[in-house]
Amino acid sequence: MLTAILALTALALLFGLLLGFAAVRFRVEGDPLAEKIDAILPQTQCGQCGYPGCRPYAEAIASGEAEINRCPPGGETTIIALADLLGCDPIPLDEEVGEEKPFTVAVIDEKTCIGCTLCIQACPVDAILGAAKQMHTVIESECTGCELCVEPCPVDCITMEPVKMDIFHWKWPYPEQSEEQPAKRPKSQPGAAAS
Amino acid sequence: MIRQLWKFHGGIHPPQHKQASTQQAITKAEIPRHLVLPLHQHIGESAEPCVAIGEHVLKGQPIACPQGYISAPIHASSSGTVVAIEDRLIPHPSGMSAPCIVIETDGEDRWIEHSPEAPYTEIETSHLRNLIRNAGIVGLGGAGFPSYIKLNPAGKVIDTLILNGVECEPYMTCDDMLMRENPQSILAGARIMQHALQAKQVLIAIEDNKPLAYDAMQEATANDTDIEVIQVPTLYPQGGEKQLIKVLTGKECPSDGLPLQIGIVVHNVATAAAIHRAIDLGEPMISRIVTVTGDGVRQPRNLDVPFGTPMQALLDQCGGLTEDVDRIIMGGPMMGFAMHSTDIPLVKTTNCILAATKDNVTPPSHVMPCIRCGDCASVCPVSLLPQQLHWFSRAREFEKTQEYNLFDCIECGCCAYVCPSNIPLIHYFRYAKTEIWAQEREKEKADLARQRHDFRQSRIDREKAEKAARLAKKKAALAAKQPAADKKDADKQDAIKAAMDRAKAKKEQQAAAKNTDNLTEAQQKQIDDADSRRAATAIPTAATDDKGGQNT
Repeated sequence: MLTAILALTALALLFGLLLGFAAVRFRVEGDPLAEKIDAILPQTQCGQCGYPGCRPYAEAIASGEAEINRCPPGGETTIIALADLLGCDPIPLDEEVGEEKPFTVAVIDEKTCIGCTLCIQACPVDAILGAAKQMHTVIESECTGCELCVEPCPVDCITMEPVKMDIFHWKWPYPEQSEEQPAKRPKSQPGAAAS
Repeated sequence: MIRQLWKFHGGIHPPQHKQASTQQAITKAEIPRHLVLPLHQHIGESAEPCVAIGEHVLKGQPIACPQGYISAPIHASSSGTVVAIEDRLIPHPSGMSAPCIVIETDGEDRWIEHSPEAPYTEIETSHLRNLIRNAGIVGLGGAGFPSYIKLNPAGKVIDTLILNGVECEPYMTCDDMLMRENPQSILAGARIMQHALQAKQVLIAIEDNKPLAYDAMQEATANDTDIEVIQVPTLYPQGGEKQLIKVLTGKECPSDGLPLQIGIVVHNVATAAAIHRAIDLGEPMISRIVTVTGDGVRQPRNLDVPFGTPMQALLDQCGGLTEDVDRIIMGGPMMGFAMHSTDIPLVKTTNCILAATKDNVTPPSHVMPCIRCGDCASVCPVSLLPQQLHWFSRAREFEKTQEYNLFDCIECGCCAYVCPSNIPLIHYFRYAKTEIWAQEREKEKADLARQRHDFRQSRIDREKAEKAARLAKKKAALAAKQPAADKKDADKQDAIKAAMDRAKAKKEQQAAAKNTDNLTEAQQKQIDDADSRRAATAIPTAATDDKGGQNT
C-alpha cells in the first residue's frame, strides 16, 4: 500500500517537473492561433467588426471574446474557413456589423478634391497619395475597399466603385448543368440512374 | 532505320474530319476594311500601344511594344490609319472586351522597309533571339507562348529539338497544309532554331493520318543527316508537348518542370516557318494559316489570314455559313471554345474556326450522375484521376483538387469525351483552376494589405514616440533653464539691493553734512531738532529714500 502511494507520488512529481520544464523550455512566443485567424481574415482593415483592424479582431476571436461572424468583407467564405480552423459550426453573418457586398475600390473625383489630406489620414493601408492643397488620388491596386475614407471627406468627392472585370480576372462559372438537376431527363427512363 | 517509339498513357481516337478542308490549296485571305488587333494575343504581359490614333502605319510596322520578359510586340498586318485604340470583343471564353488597336486599311498593303540582317549562321544566338522577339513570334500551336524564350538553352545542353507537326485535334489541317505546300520554309526555320539552341538533332513528328505532309517533309529533308521526319501513329492528344516527348524519346517531363530540363525543346512547325520569314526575309509575324471548316461553312479550306481580320470576313470568303450551323468554335472540337459573336478578330493563337452543326459536336446533353466507371482515368494522358477531381471541384474543395494535381491537367477533353454520363469534366476543372487563381490573387492582396497596414501602424507608433520624445526633451530643457533664470534673477536682485545699499549709504553720507565739525551749541541743537523732525516724518523720508534708491 505504502509502496504504491510512494511510487505514484514519485511519478506525479517526476511528470510534474517534466511538464514544468517543457512549459518553460518550449514556450511559444506570441499567439499562434491569432496568427492563423489573421491569415484567414481579408485584411480590409475596415473596422466593421468593432475592432481597430483585422489583427485585433483575430486576437479577440482567439481569446474567445468575439464571434466568428463579424467580418462583412470576408463574408461566408471567411466564416466557413474560420469555423473549419476553430472546429465550430459556421454561423450566418451578424447583421449588426453590415452585409457582404461585392468588392469595390475608392475613387476620388479629382475635380472636386480640395486637398485636405483627411482621407489620407483615414486610409489604413496608405493607399491614398497626395499632399496638403494638392490633388489626392487612390492607388487602386492597394485599396482594400474599407470605405474609411468616404466619411471624413468634407466635399464628398470619394465614391466606392466596383472593380472593372477584365479577361485576366475572369473566372469560369460553376457548371450549370450539374447532375443534381435531373429535370431534363427524358421521361421514358424513370429512375434509370439513382441520383 | 525504324525508330523506336513509345506510348503515353490513355488517349482516344475521335473521328478525324480532316478531308473537307484539305481539298483546296491555301488561299490568301483578302485584306478587310478594318483590322482589329488585340494587345493581348499571347501568354504573358499585354503589349503597350506605340502608335497614336490618326497615325498612318505600314504593313509590318510595330504598333505595340512588349512589356516585360514574357511578352511579344504586335505589328500592323496591312498599311492604313490607326482609327481607334479601345476595348473590342476578343476571342476569349468569357466573351469580354479588351484593349485593341483598330486600323482602317488603305488597300495599298504597302510594306515597311525590311530586309534580312545577315545569314543566320553569322548572327550571335542572343541577338537571334532578340530578332525573333522583335518579330512578334509566339507559338502557333495554340498556346501562344513567346517563342524566343523557348529558344534560349539557358545553360542546358539541348539534345533534341522536336518540331510538332502532329496536329492531333480533329478538323484542324493548317499545319498539314503548310507541310504539304511549303516544307522548305519549315526546314529553314528548323535550322535557325537548331542553331539558336545548339541542338544535336531535330525530329519532325507527323501523325500517320497525314501521308502527303509526311512525304513532302521527307522529300525536303532527304539530304539532311541531323533532321529526321518521324511518322507517329494517330492518337489524340499526341500533339501535347509532354505526350509527344514521351512518344518520341520515352522520357517523362517533370510534373512542374519544362522539357528544357530534360534537354528537349518542342516548337510547332508553323512557328518554324514564321521564324524562317523573320530571319531569312526580315518579315515580322503578321499573318498565319487558319483552317475554316465544319459542316456549317459552305467551302471549308485553309487561308493565310492577316491578324486582326474579323471572323465574319473570313467566313464570307469561305462561302458563308449554312442554315443549320449551331455554333462557331475557335480552336478544335476538343479544346476550343464557342464564340459569342462573329465580329471577333482572328489572333496569333487562332488555328481553326469550326462552324459546327449539331452533328459535328455533341451538344451539351442532359448530365447524369457519375457511375464511377473509371473510363476517364483510363484515357487521361497525364494519368490523373478525373473522377476524383470532379468530385472535389464540384464540392469546391480546391485544396483537394491540388493534392490530386489539378494543375497537371492539359484540358485535352479526353475524359469528358468518354464520359457515359456526359459530365462536363473539363468545365469543372477550368472552373476550379480559375477559382484557385482568384483565391491566390486575393491572398496576395490580403498579404500586401496586412504588410502596408502593419507598416502604417508602426509608422504612426514611431511618430507618436518621436513626438513624445520631442516634448519630453523640450520640457527637460525648460526645466534646466529654470534654475539658471532664477539665479540670474537673484543676481539682479542682489545687484539692486547692493545698489540700494550703496545709495542709502551715500544718502546717509550726504545727509551727514560735511560741516558738522566744530559746530556751535546752537547749530548742534538746530541739527538735532531737524533730525528729530525727520524722524517724526520717517515714512515720507523712507519713500524719498526708496525713490532715490530706485533712481540709482
